[in-house]
Amino acid sequence: MKRSRKLIALCVVLAMVVMLFAACGSGNSGSKSGGDTFKIGGIGPTTGAAAIYGNAAKNGAQIAVDEINAAGGINGVQIEYQFEDDVHDPEKSVSAYNTLRDWGMQMMVGTVTTAPCVAVATQANADRLFMITPSASSTDVINAGDTCYQVCFTDPNQGKVSADYIKEHNLAQNVAVIYDSSDIYSSGLQQSFEAEAAAIGLNVVSSTAFTSDTNTDFSTQLQKAKDSNADLVFLPFYYTEASKVLQQANSMGYAPKFFGCDGLDGILGVEGFDTALAEGAMLLTPFAADAQDAATQSFVKQYQDKFGELPNQFAADAYDAVYILKAAIEKAGITPDMTPQDICEKIIETMATLSVDGLTGSGMTWDANGAVAKEPKAVAIQNGAYVAM
Amino acid sequence: MFKKNDSASKALLKKTAVTKPTKSLLSTLAMLVIFYVVCMILEAAGAISFTIQNLLIDVCIYAVAAVSLNLCLGYLGELSLGHGAFMSLGAFSSALFTNLTRDTIESDFVRFLIGLLIGILVAAVFGFLIGIPVLRLNGDYLAIVTLGFGEIVKGILNVTYVGYDDTGVYWSFISDRTGLDTMAGNAKMVINGAKGITGTSKLSTFTGGMVILIIAVVICGFLVNSRTGRASAAIRDNRIAAESVGINITKYKMITFTISAAIAGSAGVLYSHFLSSMTAVKFDFNMSILLLVFVVLGGIGSFKGAIIAAVLLTALPELLRGLSDYRMLIYAILLIVMMLLKWAPKSIELREKLKQKNERYRVKRSLEKKES
Repeated sequence: MKRSRKLIALCVVLAMVVMLFAACGSGNSGSKSGGDTFKIGGIGPTTGAAAIYGNAAKNGAQIAVDEINAAGGINGVQIEYQFEDDVHDPEKSVSAYNTLRDWGMQMMVGTVTTAPCVAVATQANADRLFMITPSASSTDVINAGDTCYQVCFTDPNQGKVSADYIKEHNLAQNVAVIYDSSDIYSSGLQQSFEAEAAAIGLNVVSSTAFTSDTNTDFSTQLQKAKDSNADLVFLPFYYTEASKVLQQANSMGYAPKFFGCDGLDGILGVEGFDTALAEGAMLLTPFAADAQDAATQSFVKQYQDKFGELPNQFAADAYDAVYILKAAIEKAGITPDMTPQDICEKIIETMATLSVDGLTGSGMTWDANGAVAKEPKAVAIQNGAYVAM
Repeated sequence: MFKKNDSASKALLKKTAVTKPTKSLLSTLAMLVIFYVVCMILEAAGAISFTIQNLLIDVCIYAVAAVSLNLCLGYLGELSLGHGAFMSLGAFSSALFTNLTRDTIESDFVRFLIGLLIGILVAAVFGFLIGIPVLRLNGDYLAIVTLGFGEIVKGILNVTYVGYDDTGVYWSFISDRTGLDTMAGNAKMVINGAKGITGTSKLSTFTGGMVILIIAVVICGFLVNSRTGRASAAIRDNRIAAESVGINITKYKMITFTISAAIAGSAGVLYSHFLSSMTAVKFDFNMSILLLVFVVLGGIGSFKGAIIAAVLLTALPELLRGLSDYRMLIYAILLIVMMLLKWAPKSIELREKLKQKNERYRVKRSLEKKES
């Protein structure tokens, strides 16, 4: 008797839980039918270790959306924009993606980081939903399906371009590489850099790894680079670790040239970091906040007014992503009452012939795979600021 | 008279010993089946959103993992902090298999099934190997060793490279890439170091997850109720007493731990075929702790509790998305509140009181019924 009562109670509770789920569901899917606005979703890490990138992208896209809406929208249609957190985890990212689909998302700016983006891109490809990622730079992202496009360079491209740049400008004879073997971005760059270096005859004298568990002490890696007479150290990882590398190199009296990729962007903003140590360091970045053109200056000013900090490259990439969507929508003649599937097919057709001028490059074009073609830019740090090279 | 009484009490003892766990198993199964049927009906009616469809699979994965850890913690009495690693082994081995045989085995179902078996087997073998030295020890050593084991698995998978071309399969570790340089036509990487496995086809479904969960619950239910289960429980309760009646401690510990690792492996298989991108760092220490939270919240030793806790705590962060930035804060607070509600002495007291009141009321009613 007692057991059966308990069982019944349990079933009732379960039924209630399920109803709750279902209620959420039907409530959300009610808004799915095409409305009179474009619904653009965004996904990225706004909490957790990679939060700085997600927040930058979220804010950058927000500025673009506000600008477009203030100027009367796309073909007179306003944009609705919603951004979901994924904590840099593929599992959470797919959940966020489904939440946005329930919200009625028609196109997506995202996701910001690579591993989650691969998972979401596969799902978006199955659902036929168009997405453009501001900053997920692995080739796996665009290989996951034909519905995913990039604003940033792919990792192999960055590594390759870096090696070519060093060779062409004759920056060094002997190069040492330090990289994070536990990070996709870093090991991707390292692989392509070393492959290209071997192909063009650039001498890589040492290649040493660290992992996310050992990213505080770089003395071994630096010592090895020093012992092998490297006159340039390639740092294909993010700026938090890079700031430590520069500090430790300085304290051991080792002063080679340092060359980084877009992950190094942000190093001048690290708290407690003496920017004099970064003097002379070079990095490939498509965006420098102190560039003098009107578009960049207006973007930087709005960003500072709104969020109280200097925008980084992720913010600029996301800003461009929204404008790329706008250009594609205008060119393809898309209206907000179309289904996400129709929008997706139309945008993909258009992308092949589209050329967009943005903050991160002018005359951006895309191949059928979704990879962007734009001019690589390198900057050097002089007197605590980026100077174009 | 005395003899009769003795045999009667023995029969009674036997009866309660057998029926109680069976009933709890049945109620757990009933819960799962009802949940499944209701979800299926709602899905057929089109009342389930994309979020929930996705979440249902996720929930199954964590429920299976929670069941596996509950077996280890609740019936073996050993704290394992490496169940994430067993999931990882199951996930990587099965995904490796299904990716390699994508072109050779056409049926998704067959491919997934073999992958599942491989994943379970690999996790079980490693559970067995880890168990050999550690389960002989007495104390909290298993927690520490499994913690180290988890880090080793993560570290090794992070530098493992496996690829294939027309001629065969190649593998290497970071220090030795030479094996991969000779890859020729149609070369494709499957496990790509820190990039993990990408491009796994999505073969996990809610139905598949539910079937695995039910099988796991049935296996655990029967195991707990078997000679092995009772021996494990005896070892858990009093090792010396168990040893003194001739129970082979290492043997029973090994059996239970290996089965627990195997079930964790099946959860990993579900995970790897749920998302097309998976990295080894996902199965870190935090994952093992998350599983521990499920089991502790659900009540150590209760499979039903572990499943409900896994469902709640997996679904909660997603259902709280509306709170945007406060989401994780609220989640943490809810976690504390739930733990207190479940385990604080006062709340246990309150529950006991309610139970007694309920009992008294029922006795009163049945008496009234008899009188009338």
